[in-house]
Amino acid sequence: MLVYSLKRLALALVVAVTVSIISFGLLYLSGDPAIAMGGESATAEDIQAIRVFYGFDRPLVVQYLDWVARALHGDLGKSYYFDASVFDLVFQRLPVTLTLGLSAILFAIALAVPLGIAAAVRPNSLIDRLALLISVMGQALPSFWFALMLIVLLSVTYPLLPPSGSETWAHFVMPTVVLGYYATPAIMRLTRAGMLEVLTSDYIRTARAKGLRPPVVLAKHALRNAVIPVVSLAAVQFGFMLGGSIVVESVFALHGAGFLAWESISRNDLPTVQGLILVFSLIYITLTFLSDLVNAWLDPRIRIG
Amino acid sequence: MTDLTAKADDIIALTPGQILRRRILGHQGVMIGATALVLILLVALFAPFLTPHDPYLQDLGARMIPPVWDARGGWDHVLGTDHLGRDYLARLMYGARISLIIGIGTAVISGLIGTCLGVAAGFFGGRVDMAVTFLITVRLSMPVVLVALAVVALVGGSLEIVILVLGLLLWDRFAVVMRSSTMQIRHMDYVAAAQAVGCSIGRIVFTEIMPNVVNNLIIVATLEMAHAIILEAALSFLGLGVQPPLPSWGLMVSEGKEMLFFDPYLITIPGAALFVLVLSINLLGDGIRDVTAPENRN
Repeated sequence: MLVYSLKRLALALVVAVTVSIISFGLLYLSGDPAIAMGGESATAEDIQAIRVFYGFDRPLVVQYLDWVARALHGDLGKSYYFDASVFDLVFQRLPVTLTLGLSAILFAIALAVPLGIAAAVRPNSLIDRLALLISVMGQALPSFWFALMLIVLLSVTYPLLPPSGSETWAHFVMPTVVLGYYATPAIMRLTRAGMLEVLTSDYIRTARAKGLRPPVVLAKHALRNAVIPVVSLAAVQFGFMLGGSIVVESVFALHGAGFLAWESISRNDLPTVQGLILVFSLIYITLTFLSDLVNAWLDPRIRIG
Repeated sequence: MTDLTAKADDIIALTPGQILRRRILGHQGVMIGATALVLILLVALFAPFLTPHDPYLQDLGARMIPPVWDARGGWDHVLGTDHLGRDYLARLMYGARISLIIGIGTAVISGLIGTCLGVAAGFFGGRVDMAVTFLITVRLSMPVVLVALAVVALVGGSLEIVILVLGLLLWDRFAVVMRSSTMQIRHMDYVAAAQAVGCSIGRIVFTEIMPNVVNNLIIVATLEMAHAIILEAALSFLGLGVQPPLPSWGLMVSEGKEMLFFDPYLITIPGAALFVLVLSINLLGDGIRDVTAPENRN
């Protein structure tokens, strides 16, 4: 287990370094960032001054190492637009996004796992078809459009929920549904497939043959084994939700990190964008690392093979 | 008696092609998806002949005319007009072109990248496989929407840029699927036989491996096409994808957003079109998997 964990940790670190190089490199995609920042009326002296002030005149490797060294100390640079530290900005907004992501993944699991189990217990039944319908619809529904339709229905036609803002729990209901519904199909399909496989195994037949009640067989024998891959999928989906939160938060004006991403991107605020890409990626890498460890702990075949 | 012989003939005479054809015709998902997709394709191709209106022509005297089912609407503008007086049906039809171009273009670019990486990893194994797996892990760690938005904002939004950016980002599933299917084929006896005869690597890949994995490639390509169409719509909705005045469906929803409370048709119509297109592509992709490899259905 220790060897496996160390190997995984090393891989996660290398991935993190690569991601940091890419997010650093993004700044230079537009050509010379000093010209972009200076704007149209900037003279050659202004641009040179910007270059020296932000340190763009140094070699790229030096700039990268400097950026990483600062990032490790919690300094992601200063936002051009908000005139504040990127680190403070991101971590001020992150709790809203994490709350949203967590409630969305819980919503998705609460919807997908029971449906997946029911579909697997009775394949090709009405409930299996319904589950399939929900999953096919979920993949085809554009999240921004679903969000707007919910606003029309639940804030305009029947004024039950507030359309935008992030002050109370009621503001989180619609974003949770939109973001959570997006993750439902994958989790449901995996639960169904896992349960179908487990239900045909010998130990389930034994459990049934010795007269255990069906709910006990399902919960104690089948679900425990079928749910292992769902754990790691949920972690991956949570990571994807951070990206999806950009769209959802900007529709509902939920002031989280996703909304910050949209604000900073549309204002060419590169240090903030860089910081957000780095933080989102690091969260994803940490989550997959942890879920790998949990899986290896649950299933010895993974850590040995 | 004749009945029985007819049935016996039936059983014997079925070729693999006939079995496949029966499966396709008997599969609701494939039929519905293919029909809807062909219809949308035809509308996109023949848009200039199907509507008399120009999708870019502004007519400020005819702003915000509601669709024909509204009492204030008329048959002249079947789906009404937008805030600049452009005919909504014409924009919807020309918008289908944009979505289809994005979907196909992205699937081609990401398919090329992903297939090369995946087949190389599966065929050579060892260090090549490690390198490709590492690239896939890095790619999955970067949030697609965030990176795509940032790149488009830096480089400038246009149809070509969006296709290129999405193509460079969405190759992961191709690589994953191609890698595992190539690995399965790699150890078949006929590959070993081809190697023993002295076939070059290129020949083995193209004549022994590709024909056996192309089925999975098509399935992933349809699903990624749908994925790209949804992402383009989301980018355009956020204002950092295809730029106005192009009639991208995502952009149309975004432009109609201001009128959400008074004229919801501006949002419902392009959104529903997007939903139908993506749904039919997904139904087709899932259906192809069921039909060609029924054993993988679950």
